[in-house]
Amino acid sequence: MAKSESELTWKDIEVGCIATEPGSAARYKCGDWRSQRPTYDFNKCIKCGLCQIFCPEGCIYQNEKGHFEANMYYCKGCGICAKECPTKVITMVEEEETDVNKNGD
Amino acid sequence: MSTKTGIEVSIAIGEVVKLTDADVIAAYPITPQTHIVEHLAELVSNGELNAQFIPVESEHSAMSACLGSAAVGARTFTATAGQGLELMHEVLYVASAMRLPIVMAVANRALSAPLSVWGDHSDVMATRDTGWIQIFTENGQEVIDNTLCAFRMAEDKRVLLPVMVHLDGFHLSHMIEPMLLPSQEEVDRFLPPNQYPLPLDPSKPLAMGDFGPPIVYTEAKWAQEYNLLNSRSTILEVWKEFSKVFGRNYSPVECYRCEGCKVLLFTMGSFSETAMSAIDNLRNQGIDVGLVRLRLWRPFPFAEVRNAFKDAEVLITLDRALSAGGPGGPVSSEIKSALYPLEKRPKVVSFVGGLGGRDINVSGFEEMVKRGIEISKTGSSKEYEAFGVRE
Ligand code: SF4
Ligand code: SF4
Repeated sequence: MAKSESELTWKDIEVGCIATEPGSAARYKCGDWRSQRPTYDFNKCIKCGLCQIFCPEGCIYQNEKGHFEANMYYCKGCGICAKECPTKVITMVEEEETDVNKNGD
Repeated sequence: MSTKTGIEVSIAIGEVVKLTDADVIAAYPITPQTHIVEHLAELVSNGELNAQFIPVESEHSAMSACLGSAAVGARTFTATAGQGLELMHEVLYVASAMRLPIVMAVANRALSAPLSVWGDHSDVMATRDTGWIQIFTENGQEVIDNTLCAFRMAEDKRVLLPVMVHLDGFHLSHMIEPMLLPSQEEVDRFLPPNQYPLPLDPSKPLAMGDFGPPIVYTEAKWAQEYNLLNSRSTILEVWKEFSKVFGRNYSPVECYRCEGCKVLLFTMGSFSETAMSAIDNLRNQGIDVGLVRLRLWRPFPFAEVRNAFKDAEVLITLDRALSAGGPGGPVSSEIKSALYPLEKRPKVVSFVGGLGGRDINVSGFEEMVKRGIEISKTGSSKEYEAFGVRE
């Protein structure tokens, strides 16, 4: 399945909509309808990993500096990470249409 | 060589399913389908049929088990009726959209309330838009012939859709008739092994029944619809192949003494045979009337319907189901919409009758035709006539 979802025609759909490629669901962009996004003040981060454990989307990864950060292709903006972070690293801010299009593509 | 046998239609269905060497039967007993699954359970338990019989706790589970079974490529059969068909309703859509070749006999039964175990087509019509291929039958022979054909249609790689074979509850399911039961050799010659192209297989992982977000749902549904419409040519081909092996012919719309008739009666299911006798009587009385019967309900045979009715002036339809608060009979209303684009089309007089096991006998059909001709002349303020209602 080389085509992206938006390029698929009805003729490209596998019989019965069967997904023949394991893991292809990872391509599904579920972060395109969030209304808020997490922002970070990494100076306060103690790298405890609680945000990663609590994130219902499983989209928080450690970046090269060891800080925990959301992959915006998948983040749904629920704010659970911000609520759970013990040192208040994360602040949720209003999402903007343009940001959604810029990030995670 | 087929053997002429006096046998109950339900038992004969079980015998034919045995000859197809079905792998899985998942079913819940419900009147008037009970004898079909009872007989299959017997055949499995005494070793005559090497299959898994799954005695599920409901029809919803029956159809769900059928999904799983068809998904691994097992030849899958089930049967139900009336309320049972309603209980499996949501899963019916899943079977067709997942393109799983399941064959189901439906012993047509009225829907409650009032509670009725007797026959009509309310259950059929409630499943009209589920995406299944649907075939009507008129007698025991047609039931078993089309059950056999249904497996070949469903499993054909160009089709891969579930098929319902409708038989009228009691009028057919419990009738003992002389039938030509096919031999194992004939069935093996006619029905190739089921080879589902993408079965569940641990060595080749795949995901079935995934969710379809708005970006692909429309394409997925259109792919399914295109395929259902396209199944028509394979359905015709299977009936042709059947005729080569067994010498009996089936087509989407079938006519009885229609040639040149200005008045046509239209029926489906077992009542058609009674209607034929009425046609004979009416012709003897000098009334120029023929009978057209619907065999293929889905995909709807637009071309054959238009062709059958194009020269008629009056068309009298009988539905054994009511579209409550709507145009009356569901089949009649589809016939009307199929005829609408024609420049010259017959006046359609719709009757709804034979509900909940109410019989319509030969003189009943004669009366219906005469009344239909009268209404075609006088007109009527009603969308349809309720036949046989005591005023
Ligand atoms: S906002 Fe929700 S989805 Fe996004 S990273 Fe935080 S917990 Fe995960
Ligand atoms: S919960 Fe807060 S402190 Fe802990 S890793 Fe996540 S951002 Fe850093």
